[in-house]
Amino acid sequence: MLNKDMSCEHYRYLKKIKRRKQIITITQVSIFVLALILWEIAARMKLIDTFLTSSPSDIWNTFIRMSKEGDLTYHVGISVVENIVGFTVGTILGVIIAIGLWWSDFWAKVLEPYLVVLNTLPKTALAPIIIIWIGTGYSGIIVTAIVTSIVITIMNMFNSFISVDENKIKLLKTFGASKLQIFTKLVFPQSIPAMISTLKVNIGLSWIGVIVGEFLVSRAGIGYLLVYGGQVFRFDLIMMSLFILTIISVLMYKLVSIIENRFSKWQQ
Amino acid sequence: MDSAPVLQIKNLSMTYHRLNGEVKAIEKIDLDVYEGEIIGIVGPSGCGKSTLLSIIAGLMKPSSGEVILNGKRVEKPSKDIGYMFQRDLLFEWRTIFENVLLGLEIQGKITDESRKTAEKMLETYGLGDFKDSYPSQLSGGMRQRAALIRTLMTEPKLLLLDEPFSALDYQTRLAISDEVGVILKKEKKTTLMVTHDIAEAISMSDRVVVLSNRPAVIKDIIDIELTVPKGIWSPINCREAPEFRHYFNQIWKELDIHVK
Repeated sequence: MLNKDMSCEHYRYLKKIKRRKQIITITQVSIFVLALILWEIAARMKLIDTFLTSSPSDIWNTFIRMSKEGDLTYHVGISVVENIVGFTVGTILGVIIAIGLWWSDFWAKVLEPYLVVLNTLPKTALAPIIIIWIGTGYSGIIVTAIVTSIVITIMNMFNSFISVDENKIKLLKTFGASKLQIFTKLVFPQSIPAMISTLKVNIGLSWIGVIVGEFLVSRAGIGYLLVYGGQVFRFDLIMMSLFILTIISVLMYKLVSIIENRFSKWQQ
Repeated sequence: MDSAPVLQIKNLSMTYHRLNGEVKAIEKIDLDVYEGEIIGIVGPSGCGKSTLLSIIAGLMKPSSGEVILNGKRVEKPSKDIGYMFQRDLLFEWRTIFENVLLGLEIQGKITDESRKTAEKMLETYGLGDFKDSYPSQLSGGMRQRAALIRTLMTEPKLLLLDEPFSALDYQTRLAISDEVGVILKKEKKTTLMVTHDIAEAISMSDRVVVLSNRPAVIKDIIDIELTVPKGIWSPINCREAPEFRHYFNQIWKELDIHVK
C-alpha cells in the first residue's frame, strides 16, 4: 500500500472498488443458482420434458447413487489419468521437439510447412487411425490426447524460443557462452511463461482428445458415460457427466494458474 | 605513451553481403589504443560504428585486416573484452545480484570471493539496497549502472561501450555518463566508446576518433586536453572547460552532417 494513514476520500474510493467487485461476484453466482432453480421448477411443473432435459434433482440423485456404488470414481479416475498423461507427455514432447528445432535452424526451416499443415488439421480426425494403430485400450486414447496438444505446443514454444532478444544472445556470447548455455540461461527461462500458458491450453485440448477417444472405444471414462447416456436416453447421466467434466477442467486450470503465479514473481 | 598498445586495429575492412548486393561498412581502419585510455568514436548514424565494435569483440569476422588484443589476434569472443550495450539487457527473472554475476556464471568462475566483490561493487555504486530486487523495480539509470557492474565483474582488459546511454532520458544520461566516466577512470579501464553525442565523447574521452560516412574511414583523431575547472576530473566538470566549445566545433565540422 502507498501509505497507511490514508485520507477519508481514498478509503471511500477503495471501498467503492471492493463493493463493485462483490456485486459482480454475487450476480455471477445468482445467475447460476437462478438457472438451476428455474430448471427444477419447470421440470416439476412439467413445463419442460424431463426426458430430454432431466432436472437438477435427478442429476444430483444420479451423482449420489453412482458415487456410492463407486462407478463414478472409476470412470472419472480413468478419464483424469488419461488426460493428465496426455497433456503432460504432449507438452514435454512438444517442448523437446521445439528445442530441437531451435537448435537446428536448417531443420526448423525444412519442417515449417509440415507443422503449419498439421496445425490446421483437426487432430481428432486422426483418432480412428490412431486407435486402429495403437489399440483400443487406454494407450490409444492417451495417444489421441497427446496428438491433439503436441503440434500447437511445438509451434508456440518454437516461436517463443526464437523471439528472444538478439542483443541478449550477443551479450551472452561476449561472455563466451556456448549454445547450450545460451539455451539454459536465457532462451529457456525467458520462455517459461509461454510454456505455462501452453500448458493451460493443452489441458483443454487433451480433454478433447480423451473424450473423442472414449467416444470411439467406449469402455470406460467420462466419454463412455456420455455415449452410453445418449444411447439409453439417460439425460441425468449425460448432464451429470458434463457437470463433472466442467468442474474438473476448471480445477486443473486453476492449479496451473497457481503454478504460474509462483513463477512470475519477477513480473510484478 | 611509452608502453605497447593494449589494442591494435590493423587495416580493418568489413563488407556485408546481402541478397540485393554488398555494402562496404568500414574500410582500412588503423588504430592503437593504450592502457587506461578512453577513446570516443563518433560518426554519422549508420556509418558502421557498431560493426567496428562487434569485430573488435570477436562477434563478427572482418573481411580483411586484424584486431590484436594484448599481442593475441582476436578470433572469437574473449574473456578479456567486456561489452556494454545501448540497452541494459538485464534478465528480468534474475535479481540484480544474479544479473551482475551472469558473466562469471557463464565462465564458471563464481567463488565466495567474487560474490563478495559483487556485493561490494553494488554497495559502492549505490545499488546495495537493490541487490535482491528484480530489474523491473529499478529506474533506467540504476539498471544501466547494474549493467556496467555486470560488465566489470568479469574483469575485462578492454571495455567496449556501444552507445551505452542513448536509451536514457537526457538528465539521467548526463548523470550516468558522469558516474560511469568517473568509475572507468577510477578502475583504470581501457575503453572504446561509440556514441553519436559529440559532447559526451569530448567530456569522457582522452581521444576522439571521427569516422566518415559509409564506408567508414578514420577522418581524424583528436587528442582532448581540457583544463578542468576545480581540478577534479569528471565528465560534467569537463563540459565547463574553456576548450570544450572549440573541440565541439571542430568535431561538428569534421562530421560534415547535412540534413537533406
